[in-house]
Amino acid sequence: MDSPLTLEPLFHIGPVPITAPVVVTWAILVGLAVFAAVSTRHLKLTPGKVQTVLELFVTTVDGQIRDTMQRDPAPFRALIGTIFLFVLVANWSALLPGIEPPTAHLETDAALALVVFIATIVYGIAARGMKGYLGTFAEPSWVMIPLNLVEQITRTFSLVVRLFGNVMSGVFVVGIVLSLAGLFVPIPLMALDLLTGAVQAYIFAVLAIVFIGAAAGESPGRPTSEQGETSS
Amino acid sequence: MTGNIIEIVSILAAAIAVSFGAIGPALAEGRAVAAAMDAIARQPEAAGTLSRTLFVGLAMIETMAIYTLVIALLVLFANPLAG
Repeated sequence: MDSPLTLEPLFHIGPVPITAPVVVTWAILVGLAVFAAVSTRHLKLTPGKVQTVLELFVTTVDGQIRDTMQRDPAPFRALIGTIFLFVLVANWSALLPGIEPPTAHLETDAALALVVFIATIVYGIAARGMKGYLGTFAEPSWVMIPLNLVEQITRTFSLVVRLFGNVMSGVFVVGIVLSLAGLFVPIPLMALDLLTGAVQAYIFAVLAIVFIGAAAGESPGRPTSEQGETSS
Repeated sequence: MTGNIIEIVSILAAAIAVSFGAIGPALAEGRAVAAAMDAIARQPEAAGTLSRTLFVGLAMIETMAIYTLVIALLVLFANPLAG
């Protein structure tokens, strides 16, 4: 049986080996970008079907951010929404035959968690200033500084392993069952995978909200809207 | 022969890790579901919120079991000692 931790390169671009999850990631990125561009080109005041779904999605994300952070959701909407959509589509890309979800490999999850980690620092510094942000590490007292530093690392690491383990175990179990028993037996497990994928995408996004909200603080922030660049 | 022993021990370690690592999350999930059932029985009108929170909580608890699975797979497939 193939190891879920190693990857064979599909082809090489110059000296850089390109693996299957990277190609799937590119396809998802292009697909989401094209979908977003096409579906938001002609926005109307009385929305059609697609626009209604999009507005519902944006409202839900806004509501989650507002409930968790107690802040104006506008600066965080792009990052959190993109993370949720990408992880959801990536988890569900297993529906297409022959495609393994890119989140079932450690590297994709590590990259996503790194985005969240950097966004935490950037939003924290933007909201509190450099001195104020570094000061949060000494709360409630300076004794907690090592513990807070370790917490930054471990929670990012657990973010990686949580997503990786859940998606990978789903793929793994379906593979094992498929090698044991034939045609229709894995279908319930695949349905369970869909539920797990959606829940994990939700959890990943909510944890990103919680981390960023903790770094940015409770105070109703200044309207900062041009920080979306860091999210891509 | 040494590599062989390491492989045998790795398989045993993976099995033990998963079996014992599953105990805690299993008990925890049982308690969580029981508490949610109790709450739904008392307040059926809150079933939607409760089950949504329950699912998220279950996924969080399940992650603990998944951690041991990841460790087991590391030991089996990416063992630094097996060479």
